[in-house]
Amino acid sequence: MSDAENALPLDDWHRGRGARMVPFAGYSMPIQYEGIIAEHRWTREAAGLFDVSHMGQLIISGAEAEQALETLLPADLSILKDGRLRYSLLLTDDGGIIDDLMVTRRADHFYMVVNGATKHGDIEHMRERLPACVRLDHMEDQALLALQGPKAVDALSRLARGVEALSFMTGGAFELGGTPAWISRSGYTGEDGFEISVPAAAAAAVADLLADQPEVKPIGLGARDSLRLEAGLPLYGHDLDETTTPVEADLGFAISKRRREEGGFPGAERIRMELQEGPIRRRVGLAVSGRQPVREGAMVVDAEGNEVGKVTSGGFSPMLEAPIAMAFVPAESAEPGASVTLAQRGKIFEAKVAPMPFVPHRYNRKGAAR
Amino acid sequence: MSLYFTKEHEWIRVEGDTAIVGITDFAQAQLGDVVFVEVPEAGRQVTKGAEAAVVESVKAASDVYAPVSGEVVEGNQALVDAPDLVNTDAEGEGWFFRLRLSNASELDGLMDADAYRAFCDSQ
Repeated sequence: MSDAENALPLDDWHRGRGARMVPFAGYSMPIQYEGIIAEHRWTREAAGLFDVSHMGQLIISGAEAEQALETLLPADLSILKDGRLRYSLLLTDDGGIIDDLMVTRRADHFYMVVNGATKHGDIEHMRERLPACVRLDHMEDQALLALQGPKAVDALSRLARGVEALSFMTGGAFELGGTPAWISRSGYTGEDGFEISVPAAAAAAVADLLADQPEVKPIGLGARDSLRLEAGLPLYGHDLDETTTPVEADLGFAISKRRREEGGFPGAERIRMELQEGPIRRRVGLAVSGRQPVREGAMVVDAEGNEVGKVTSGGFSPMLEAPIAMAFVPAESAEPGASVTLAQRGKIFEAKVAPMPFVPHRYNRKGAAR
Repeated sequence: MSLYFTKEHEWIRVEGDTAIVGITDFAQAQLGDVVFVEVPEAGRQVTKGAEAAVVESVKAASDVYAPVSGEVVEGNQALVDAPDLVNTDAEGEGWFFRLRLSNASELDGLMDADAYRAFCDSQ
């Protein structure tokens, strides 16, 4: 491990379970245990345990926290009820995406989870803009685990009674093997599942408890990436960045109705215009012909071979057993079924715009039949 | 029959004036699940150290280099149809191509099994 990579609370735990560790977001993290495809399928069929402790866990508090956060995010926090999560975005003044995040109202404060690679910049960005009466705390002594898959609820409800009552995008305070845990029904795989925030000092004991359940295996970053790609979920720094707007990135749902009308968040004018007129390019899913994966960085080309877009994520879908990708394409080529030509290392690939998710989401939505 | 290894983790098994080439078990373990391979067609000339085949895992694409120069006699079609043979039998059924050596003295700079094992241990 080089000096540049910091150890997360579960570093020894991963190594002890045979993980291969790689540098990621400034940390040493498990890329895989038994193999990406096996771990991917296990998560879709049973339950996978992910360590996402590199992500930033923040508390924003103070009497004016709600109004202050609304100046930075396009979410309608006024209708966000206690214990509810919302997907949102930090935006530049011209509507570029600084980061994507989850924000939860927890009684008198907001709990926010941001990406690991961007957390320090996010904190600086927010602290510069939040008024003095609003406080932002970085919970550096908190670990974050995710338990994802159709059997996650069976495993977790055995250890933390009551979690089965949570519906998708809600959370609450629980006790897990004697440890206080904030647990939400959310995740990044497209499956039902939970995200579990616990004190770093208790992380290994909690991970042991979870991994000892018969439905559960530890899963590395490799499968986390292939699972989120199948689920059509964008990855910051790859599919999203400061040159990408929410409308281009097909994240218009993150701009709440009241905020569309009232504005008052960074980039509101540009975003309102793109919502009305349509963006010039759009993030889409691609089903690639043949078996060879097309990777991030491959070009989208027109009939003359000119670059008109870019592949931002690409790989092999273990469930479809075929190559899939996400790309930004011109708006006129963004409808499902449209043909798209790709170029990678001097080779041409044919692809079709495919509806996302590639593999259906199976969230535990409130009121939905189970 | 002689078996040699490269620092790029290819193996080459020489049988008379032809040889078969693949990637080592160490290499397949590093790559992880292989989902695609491209092997050279018969008749193609390959040059020592230049790209001769492609192997792609879930994670990444990698080139397979020719350990020595020569003319490809056969690509392993079975591998194209079942790329996971690289994972299950890298140094056997998972071979990539057979070539006719154009300059057998190029083998002199390659490693034997013991030297390759020591090389991997130092990685």
